[in-house]
Amino acid sequence: MSVGVLVALAILFLVAPALPGITIRTKSLLTGRRGAPMLQLYYDLWKLLRKGIVYSSTTTWVFRAAPVVLVASLLVASLLLPLGGRPAPLRFAGDLVAFAGLLALGRFALVLAALDTGSSFEGMGASREVTVATFAEPALFLGFVALVLATQEVSLSGMMGPSLDEAWQGAGAPLTLVGISMFVLLLAENSRVPIDDPATHLELTMIHEVMILDHSGPDLALILYGSALKFALFGALVVNIFAPRTEVGVAVSLLLLVLGLATISIAVGIVESVTARLRLPRVPQLLVGSAVLSILGIILLLG
Amino acid sequence: METAPQLALLFVVLSNFAVLGTTRLSTCIRAVALQGFLLGLLPLLLASRMSPHLVFLAVGTIAVKAVVLPWFLMWAIREAAVRREVEPLIGYISSLLLGAIALGLAFAIAGRLPLPPEHDPLLVPASLTTVMIGLIVLTTRRKALTQVVGYLMLENGIYLFGLTQAESVPFLLEIGVLLDVFVGVFIMGIVVFHINREFDSLDSARLTELSD
Repeated sequence: MSVGVLVALAILFLVAPALPGITIRTKSLLTGRRGAPMLQLYYDLWKLLRKGIVYSSTTTWVFRAAPVVLVASLLVASLLLPLGGRPAPLRFAGDLVAFAGLLALGRFALVLAALDTGSSFEGMGASREVTVATFAEPALFLGFVALVLATQEVSLSGMMGPSLDEAWQGAGAPLTLVGISMFVLLLAENSRVPIDDPATHLELTMIHEVMILDHSGPDLALILYGSALKFALFGALVVNIFAPRTEVGVAVSLLLLVLGLATISIAVGIVESVTARLRLPRVPQLLVGSAVLSILGIILLLG
Repeated sequence: METAPQLALLFVVLSNFAVLGTTRLSTCIRAVALQGFLLGLLPLLLASRMSPHLVFLAVGTIAVKAVVLPWFLMWAIREAAVRREVEPLIGYISSLLLGAIALGLAFAIAGRLPLPPEHDPLLVPASLTTVMIGLIVLTTRRKALTQVVGYLMLENGIYLFGLTQAESVPFLLEIGVLLDVFVGVFIMGIVVFHINREFDSLDSARLTELSD
């Protein structure tokens, strides 16, 4: 394990809370407002960490465990993802299944906690979150299958390593399709606009936000940090697919990673400014559409 | 596989899925217009050398398929004042999945067809996909207008298939086909208009009702 990998991981963990800030700032600028400071989430996290926790008397240990499980599973998942063109610290054949599984574990914990509160609103949010995930996960795996076919590697570090550079030479079109599909998944998995609106606070329309209504203090800080980290992880996934990795030094690749993450956050901000939130029945349609893009990529790679 | 004709064919396939996935009639028509435009460009992109024959074919195809027919369909929407939604018989998700199955079938079949080897490897699968998705649109959408769109896609697919023989098909024949499509869509447009006047709706299911 080289020092570069550890530095990349540290950067990912540190930069993650800034990404939603960049998205919000982009949205504000595009809609003619000043917007919150870019580092607002850091202030929020610091404020929440100093507060006390209130637990509802109807909740059990499931509710208390959820934030920890969420952040822990995301931290382990980030160990599996190659960053800045360097192989991940933890890699083995088929680790892409473990990656998807860890993301699912974090979501499962959050959904259980939401159900544990016994609030009907949170139950509704949990059911919606799972519905979206049911459609997002097959699309994620189809994208991975396309990458496996393009590079003939079965680990995340392998398929996003030098062999992806070679694959871009011969199969640019299918890989672009997979990249676009992954970007739509990033929007879905992180509850961004066409699927969910992170800014809304009306219980009937929110998905992710409604599940965390009962969390407070350091627990809420953990969940907010977890959401930011998940955004950064998916952002790094998209950056890995698109960014060229050939023969660049450690410093350049780290710079590329940070710039890539910032670009993704700005792109999300632009998408959020120009599209309206979809009606809930239309959400699966969008996700199946993105899965079809990956299927098209797979067929092109096979053909 | 980064050549210009292949990118154009990829966009033809993507526009098929756009027609399947969209909820709006006007998006449907725009996607078909884009498809017609790409179809017009393809003979130029595929040809090894330019000839007046090819340029005329391209200009004629773009004029009819990407400008006149979409404009005419848009006119029909406006004049007949139909609801702007597609109203499929089967859901959008099932349509998209059917489309994906059609795509897989097209690639599987195209590999087995005994065709002259000197054409682009994506051409035949793209044409079969377009034909099959055109058929899906034709059969699963209720509105008479979307059925016209399906018919156009079907014809686009056949045109693509014809491009494998682009060198040997006589110019007059192609112009004849183009004219046929033009007249066909024109007549359908007028029929659609009259159906709407007669039944106050473009729902083709209501045409099966018997009445005096």
